Amino acid sequence: MIKAVMVMNTQGKPRLAKFFDYLPVEKQQELIRRVFGVLCSRPENVSNFIEAESIFGPDSRLVYNHFATLYFVVVFDSSENQLAMLDLIQLLGQQTLERCFKNVCELDIVFNYSKIHTILDEIILGGQVLETRSTEIMRAVEEISKLEAATNAISFIPKSASSWLSR
Amino acid sequence: MKEYIIRLVYVEMLGHDASFGYIHAVKMIHDDSLLVKRTGYLAVTLFLNEDHDLIILIVNTIQKDLKSDNYLVVCAALNAVCKLINEETIPAVLPQIVELLAHPKEAVRKKAIMALHRFYQKSSSSVSHLVSNFRKRLCDNDPGVMGATLCPLFDLITNDVNSYKDLVISFVSILKQVAERRLPKAYDYHQMPAPFIQIKLLKILALLGSSDKQASENMYTVVGDIFRKCDSSSNIGNAVLYECICCVSSIYPNHKLLESAADAISRFLKSDSHNLKYMGIDALGRLIKISPEIAEQHQLAVIDCLEDPDDTLKRKTFELLYKMTKSTNVEVIVDRMIDYMNSINDNHYKTEIASRCVELAEQFAPSNQWFIQTMNKVFEHAGDLVNIKVAHNLMRLIAEGFGEDDDTADSQLRSSAVESYLHILGEPKLPSVFLQVICWVLGEYGTADGKYSASYITGKLCDVAEAYSNDETVKAYAVTALMKIYAFEIAAGRKVDMLPECHSLMEEFLASHSTDLQQRAYELQAVIGLDAHAVESILPSDASCEDIEVDKALSFLNDYIQESIEKGAQPYIPESERTGMLNISNFRNQDHHEASSHGLRFEAYELPKQTVQARIPPASLASTELVPVPEAMYPRESYQTTTVPSVSSDAASTELKLRLDGVQKRWGRQTHFPSTSTSNSTSLKTVNGITQVDGSNTANSRTRETYDSRKQVEISPEKQKLAASLFGGPSKTEKKSATGHKSSKPSSHMVKSHAPKSSMEVASEKTSVQQPPDLLDFGEPTVKSTAPSLDPFKDLEGLLEPTTQVSSAVNHSSTAAVTKSPDIMGLYTETTAGAHHKDSDILSGLSKPPMTNMVGGTTTMQVAQSSKGPNLKDSLEKDALVRQIGVTPSSQNPNLFKDILG
Repeated sequence: MIKAVMVMNTQGKPRLAKFFDYLPVEKQQELIRRVFGVLCSRPENVSNFIEAESIFGPDSRLVYNHFATLYFVVVFDSSENQLAMLDLIQLLGQQTLERCFKNVCELDIVFNYSKIHTILDEIILGGQVLETRSTEIMRAVEEISKLEAATNAISFIPKSASSWLSR
Repeated sequence: MKEYIIRLVYVEMLGHDASFGYIHAVKMIHDDSLLVKRTGYLAVTLFLNEDHDLIILIVNTIQKDLKSDNYLVVCAALNAVCKLINEETIPAVLPQIVELLAHPKEAVRKKAIMALHRFYQKSSSSVSHLVSNFRKRLCDNDPGVMGATLCPLFDLITNDVNSYKDLVISFVSILKQVAERRLPKAYDYHQMPAPFIQIKLLKILALLGSSDKQASENMYTVVGDIFRKCDSSSNIGNAVLYECICCVSSIYPNHKLLESAADAISRFLKSDSHNLKYMGIDALGRLIKISPEIAEQHQLAVIDCLEDPDDTLKRKTFELLYKMTKSTNVEVIVDRMIDYMNSINDNHYKTEIASRCVELAEQFAPSNQWFIQTMNKVFEHAGDLVNIKVAHNLMRLIAEGFGEDDDTADSQLRSSAVESYLHILGEPKLPSVFLQVICWVLGEYGTADGKYSASYITGKLCDVAEAYSNDETVKAYAVTALMKIYAFEIAAGRKVDMLPECHSLMEEFLASHSTDLQQRAYELQAVIGLDAHAVESILPSDASCEDIEVDKALSFLNDYIQESIEKGAQPYIPESERTGMLNISNFRNQDHHEASSHGLRFEAYELPKQTVQARIPPASLASTELVPVPEAMYPRESYQTTTVPSVSSDAASTELKLRLDGVQKRWGRQTHFPSTSTSNSTSLKTVNGITQVDGSNTANSRTRETYDSRKQVEISPEKQKLAASLFGGPSKTEKKSATGHKSSKPSSHMVKSHAPKSSMEVASEKTSVQQPPDLLDFGEPTVKSTAPSLDPFKDLEGLLEPTTQVSSAVNHSSTAAVTKSPDIMGLYTETTAGAHHKDSDILSGLSKPPMTNMVGGTTTMQVAQSSKGPNLKDSLEKDALVRQIGVTPSSQNPNLFKDILG
């Protein structure tokens, strides 16, 4: 199962972190820092796999990929295929996000934080890969945003009015 | 609000505290607006964990949302279910989720399956009746749902292969359909048909087909097809290929498939991509178990990977090498490993590689010389990271030789070890563990071959002790090594002249803050003062492999008990015959649920019944401490126990509870031993373990030196087996049986030595000097005198004198430490002498040494307490009461043992 998905920039700032097993915030921060420490110590043109047992405990591997200013990191155990995870990053990072934002950059992730999470929820659920068709993912995400927009439009006025009244 | 919450999530991800906003996220999921609700769900899944207090506010909303008409709401709720529902709340949402399995939308069905899978992971019992649902969903119309079902099935099959064998045919046919592109085009990914489903299916088939010929035969065709169809130019195609190789290596071997797997591996290894090389090495490691000859053709590729700058690849390659090590290539591989070990800083991985080196060296060592050199290297570079057991194993190996009957080879080995160690000592900054080994070996064998003079070795040892002056353990080892060398010198009839630096070192240690060091220094002083004969019996040369036998039955007490009974003392009532206590003890036994523990405890109590004993002298009580209890708290308690009987009776009654504490804990510990026969070694090992862990726990570490070699003998059965298989000699067992008769004398020693000790303890207790528990352990130095001797009586006479000397020295040291007034001191010596004589009487009847440690100890203590107390019945009742008031053996003991024994 997949243990965590992280996106961080080349300065080590986390841009997205999702842990599929609960970890306290401090622990998450520490892990992100240590992962970054390992990542930046790796030279160019080496494999994308890291044995992460010293960071995440026994039976854990780490696959990362580097797009523009971002590191995409997936942590998982031995029940997943490493090459497949690399492709999952490709799927998430290049295909889906490219489709979403056209020429994706770091700021897109920062400003569309909830959308990224929606996409991630479509791909991975409970630590398992759920959906790998990027068209399907996009369709689901678009459907959600459409519906959200619709409900938002309907509820916008009464909602703000009520909250305004309650103040 | 929505924006705020998203900011909050972001802020928390950056590492700041956002807990003040959790409640707002919870409030948001109650909202009607889909947008707000989804944001709320997102936030709570990221903020909360399943045991958070706020979960209780969420469950109701989740229940409501799962019934919603809008499938997006349902999906959002299912997302939250996966993360936030804990074992207790599963029943609350389970019915709805099962209903959702038949939802018209496939996205919902998928997520419902995932939610069930999650429940299964969290508590398999809660959904065990729903497992059939997974099978049903496998036939879902939508391939996506089918693919999702594979995840829980993979888990289920991992746990229990046999009940899913019937699914092999279905899996194979699904895989076939996928491979033949029967799925909709949308599932293609980089021109591969549904690769993630293929990978999952191959993983499942690998599980189902492992060591099952019939099931495997069904798979051969489809796996062969996939091998052919896989497009090895894309990443995902290689992923499927790799999975095929894993599958082939796991199922019942098929020649043709193995060939295509080997082909695929060579393609991987030849590729330029590091990722593929990595996968190739990994796959090779898997395949090598089945057909070792494959490695041959890839040798060069493997060597290339070893030189690669990529760390991950290098490590994987070392893993592969580790798997393919044979006695022919062990030297090269271990050398490589050590080189690599020196080049990295990662402690975690360094430890792993060091332990692998040790393992390989132990397993395949071509020669003893090489083995010792390798171990030296490992210790030198990663000494502090290596398990201390390894060090003890090495000492044992050197001490025992290699099991062959060839004594010259052994002594050659030893002298080469000594030589290499003397050489290594010149280097600065050695790890502590390694220094311990060096000191021990130098002490034991430094002068054995006569090549080096005693003064040269002692000089070196003094250098060590001075150079590493802040490492107490090393200093302790050094002092004991010094003592051994002097003892051997004296025994050989040579005149001993201490080096001046050695003198000054001793001076320093005599005033050391560490009681352990102080004790050792006093021992050294005492030993040097003795004559050759006594020294020979105290520290016989090359006796480190001798076994010390333990008299579990305390039979040496029989005479004394008989005597006391004749004097009209109350006989001992076994615990099982005491009413009220029986239930409790049974209850405790259930706690430990170890059948053998019953046998052990009963043995301890039944024995006194035969002889009907009563009062126990303090001396024999003290003997129970031969093996110190490793837990820090225990020594204190046990010492008090031994002390009390000879103090006034009211003291005994006030101390009652504490004493029982100690007693019970000892019992508790004892019950964990699998059987009586092993209990000795185990307890000794415990001592060993604790000394390794905590050098400053002086009470225990004292015995280390004494039993060091013996402990080596008893390190661990696997290691023994290993060594035996390595060197092919049953030397151990032989030695054990051979030394059985020799150990009659040490026992007398021990008891005698304890006489002064216990009286001393009494004294210290009376004067109510706040002594650290460690100090009370002084009687034990004489235990070292575990000398082989054929006639115990003769030796007894000979030893009587030295023992008194030692004991007086001991007393002296205690006075020095506690600064007691001299007249009290005189009192003690008197008591000591008195007890002494008595003991020697008893001891003449001894046949076996009294190392019954805990079992015996408890018995005697009980008796002593009951007879000494103001009223026998009273104290018995109190005893029972105290037991009822939760003085149960601490339940963490088993863990503790596990920790210590590995």
